[in-house]
Parts: sequence; C-alpha cells; structure tokens
Amino acid sequence: MINKIALTVRNITKNFGGIVAVYDMSFDLRENEVLGLIGPNGSGKTTMMNLISGSLKPTSGEISLYDNEISGLPPNRIAKKGVARTFQLVRILPTLTVMENVAAGGVFGHRRQWGRPLSKYARELLDWVGLEHVENAPISSLTYIDQKRVELARALAADPKVLLLDEWLAGLNPTELQTGISLIEELRTEGKTIIIVEHVMDAIRSLCDRCVVMNSGLKIAEDSPKNVLADPKVIQAYLGESDA
Amino acid sequence: MTRKEKRNFIISFLIFAIAALLPLTHSGYWVSIGVTIAMYAVLATSWALFSGPTHYISLASAAFFGIGMYVVGGFIEVIPFPVLIVLAALIGAIFAAIVGLATLRLSGVYFVIFTLGLAEFIRQIMTWIQTTMGTSSGLYVLTEITESMIYWQLLVLAAIVFLIGWWIGRSKLGFALRIIGNDEMVASHCGIDTASFKVILFIISGTFAAITGAVLAPRWTYVEPTIAFSPMISFQVVIMALLGGMHRLWGPILGVIPFTLLWDLISGTFPNQTSLLLGAAFLLIVYLIPNGIAGLLENFVKNGSKDIGIDGDK
Repeated sequence: MINKIALTVRNITKNFGGIVAVYDMSFDLRENEVLGLIGPNGSGKTTMMNLISGSLKPTSGEISLYDNEISGLPPNRIAKKGVARTFQLVRILPTLTVMENVAAGGVFGHRRQWGRPLSKYARELLDWVGLEHVENAPISSLTYIDQKRVELARALAADPKVLLLDEWLAGLNPTELQTGISLIEELRTEGKTIIIVEHVMDAIRSLCDRCVVMNSGLKIAEDSPKNVLADPKVIQAYLGESDA
Repeated sequence: MTRKEKRNFIISFLIFAIAALLPLTHSGYWVSIGVTIAMYAVLATSWALFSGPTHYISLASAAFFGIGMYVVGGFIEVIPFPVLIVLAALIGAIFAAIVGLATLRLSGVYFVIFTLGLAEFIRQIMTWIQTTMGTSSGLYVLTEITESMIYWQLLVLAAIVFLIGWWIGRSKLGFALRIIGNDEMVASHCGIDTASFKVILFIISGTFAAITGAVLAPRWTYVEPTIAFSPMISFQVVIMALLGGMHRLWGPILGVIPFTLLWDLISGTFPNQTSLLLGAAFLLIVYLIPNGIAGLLENFVKNGSKDIGIDGDK
C-alpha cells in the first residue's frame, strides 16, 4: 500500500542575488516515511529545509502540506499547519529551564496546549529523550547531545505532521550517535513523517526509506539509500570526477 | 491561585495601602517625592514589561509621556479630566501601535536610536506647532487637582500595571515574549507570530506612559515641550529599571525608590552636573549590578521565587 503524500515540493528554485542555491527541486514525502536529503556540503540541503519551514521564501515553485500550499507563508504559520524542525546548529533558549524549552514547542504550534496538560506532555517527551532527571535545570548546564535532545523534544511537542531534522546527528561521538539513531528509529516505528538532512551514512542506511540527493542545488538522484549510494553520479558528486 | 500568590497579593496590597497614607504627613516635600517615585514606578515597570523579556531597549517613554501630557494640556478647558485620561490612553495606544508596526522589525541599536529620534521628532513638531500657530511656547493646565490627588491616581495606576504584569507573566503572552527574547528564529518556528506579540506589549507599555503623562499634567500648570518630551525621562526610566532589575515584575520599583531619593539629593547639591552624574550612574549600574537590585536580593535569598513557569500552580 502506498501512503498518502504529506509534503509536495514542486519546481522550487531559490536565488540569492545571482547565486542559485536550489534549482527546480521536486520531490514528494509520503506519510510515515523517513526521507533522507543528502548531498555534499553546499549542495543546498539546508536551504531546502529552510524553504520548507518558511525561514526562506522560494523564488519560484510551490510547496504543499497535504495539498495546502505553504510556500510563501511565514514560519509561524507553517509551524501552526504542522511542520516542526531542529536547527543545523543547535538553538536552545538559554534563559529558560529544560522543561520550558520543551514546552515552548507545544504552546503555539500545531498542537496547542497550556497548563497541566502541557507540563504532562512536555515531561513525557523529556522522559522519552532521556532527560527526565534534569527538567528544572538551566539549559546551559546540559551537554551538546542533551541540548540536541531538548531541541528534538521541543520539535515533537507541537506533534507535527512533518518533522525536519537538519543534521541532528552531527557533532555526536560514536556512543551518542547510537543513542541518536535509536531515538529517530523509534520515531520511525511510531510512524512519524520525517525529512532528515544528514552526512552520517550509517544513519542514512539504517533510517531512511528513500533518499533525495542534491548537488549544486540540483536533484541528481532519488531512490532507496542502497541504490543512491551506489549511483555513479552520487559517488562522483561526493568524491569528484575520476581521473580516467 | 497558589498560597504563595495569595501571600504576595496580601503583601502587595499592604504596601500599596501604606504608600497611600503618605499624603497624610502633610509634608509638601515628601508628597512631591512620592509623586516622582510613583510616576517612575509606573513608567519603569510598564517599560520593563516590554523591554525586559524582549531586550528591545526603547527610549520612547518621553514620546508617550509627552503625548499624554499634551492631550490634557490641549483640551483641559473643554473636556473633563477623566475623559482626557481615557483619551490620552487611546491616543497613546494608537500611536504605539503605529510606531510598533513600523519599527519592531528593526533590531538592536537601530531600534534604540529610532525610539530616541522619535521622541525628539515629536518634541520638535510640538514646539513648531506652538510657536507658529499658538501665542506661547506652552500650555496652561489650571485645575483643582492637588499633588496628593495626583499621587493617589498614580498609585492606582501602578497597581493596575502590577496586576497586568502579573497576568502577562503567567499567560501565554508572557511565555511567548520570553521565547522571543531568547531567540526570535526559534520563536517563529514554534508558531509564535513574533511581530504581533511584540506590538501588543509595546502598546501596553506605551499606553501606560501616555496615561502617566496625562495624570501628571496638572502638576506643572504650565506644560512645555521641553518638560513633556524631555529625553531625561526616557533615560531615567531605563536606568531605574536596570538598577532595579528587569527580569522581575517587582524589580524596577526597587530601582525607582533609591534612584529618585539619590537623584533629588544630587540635583539639589550639584544642579549643574546632573547629566554627567546620570551617565556615571548608568555605567556603574551596568558594570557592577547587571541584574539589578532584584538580582542581588535573589542571590542573598537563594531559594527566592522561581521564574514564572508554564504551570503557575506547580
């Protein structure tokens, strides 16, 4: 059975002045699917994420969430419609407690709660990411991986229809990486719909149902992780032209 | 309402009740000091409602204050005083909405400079209007209102500001502002319409400054742009709020009381060096007590009140 399409990206182009960061990108994200958006550095992956979340407005093209156009809307409206994200460089709210950092995602977003139900929900999420013991600690006292966990919990607090994880696994040591992968694995089992931008190939192989490969702003491949990683075009994009 | 909140309410009520007895001393000097303290208490507390969580430093207090004062000065002969207060509030709110919508996209130092320029701009316009259209450089505000009455009005106003501040602190609005103050990018991705929330708070803050100006107009009997729109008002509001501590609702007033008393002493003793001393005071406060007196107190009492959390009934 093929699931419903959750997110549609159609002919999206983004120019910064004369530089084309994303050119004519089109792909679909299906419900309960984990889609990997991969490619070498500077290929436009994060720009693509920013276009979906509303941080950037596309120069042309259309992005739709369950057939509702979201491209061109400000990020707060897109968040309300059901897109939540983490950031490439972790962004926490330094003067708030761990608990409040998580709750921040659940007050104004896709699912809106307040008071006791919100605390309860935020506590469950903290529990789930493994931070139940530090809920009232100042956020600055947390390690990098723990801050990333908080950010993931904050994104999930909105109960989003589509979750965007922008290099959520970057900067983790091997043990932390295993923890990180298993958390996303759990989300996948729960049937969450996720786009991940990632460089960690192990994570891509084990987590993604499908991969879209970008290079210099263009989509160069779209297939299962196994197939795209064997595609000569993709290898060339990562490693450069062969000398032969 | 929790027990702690009930206790705080009772304490606040008692403080206000005791403060209300000040005019019974029949001391013109102390009532006058009391008016100044109450005036800055309202201005600094309402200023901190906006600038505390968002970190947008507004120097427009004088603009709103002056507008309120001029609404009373301009129409006191034809419209009853209570109606003028409401009118001042409305005009202040509309003006704040316009300014807020136009400027809150500016960030950091640009916003500061704009608000300072705004107050000066309005002062120049008022001066120009009065000298070209009117016959004098100011307006007479002749009323039966005594200084004690002004003092009581300001106390009521202060109580309202505290109630609104308390309500904001435990509302979604307050939570949204704290998120915005931390990271606007995250705030907007959490679904917060950052511009609207900031404008709402700017309006609340500007409205109270306008009402304060209106209430104080009868104090001076003769209102001039240099008094009503004095940039010193804006600067003092910022300094007092910083001295007291902006991260707590009750912070600014802890700065207002000692600063006003000290200021009265300084301006009495060194009338020509007040600006210099104001600058020095500003530097000292920022360097030595960045979290204000409220911060110092909290360091003393380690188990002091915690941040207003998302569930006030914890």
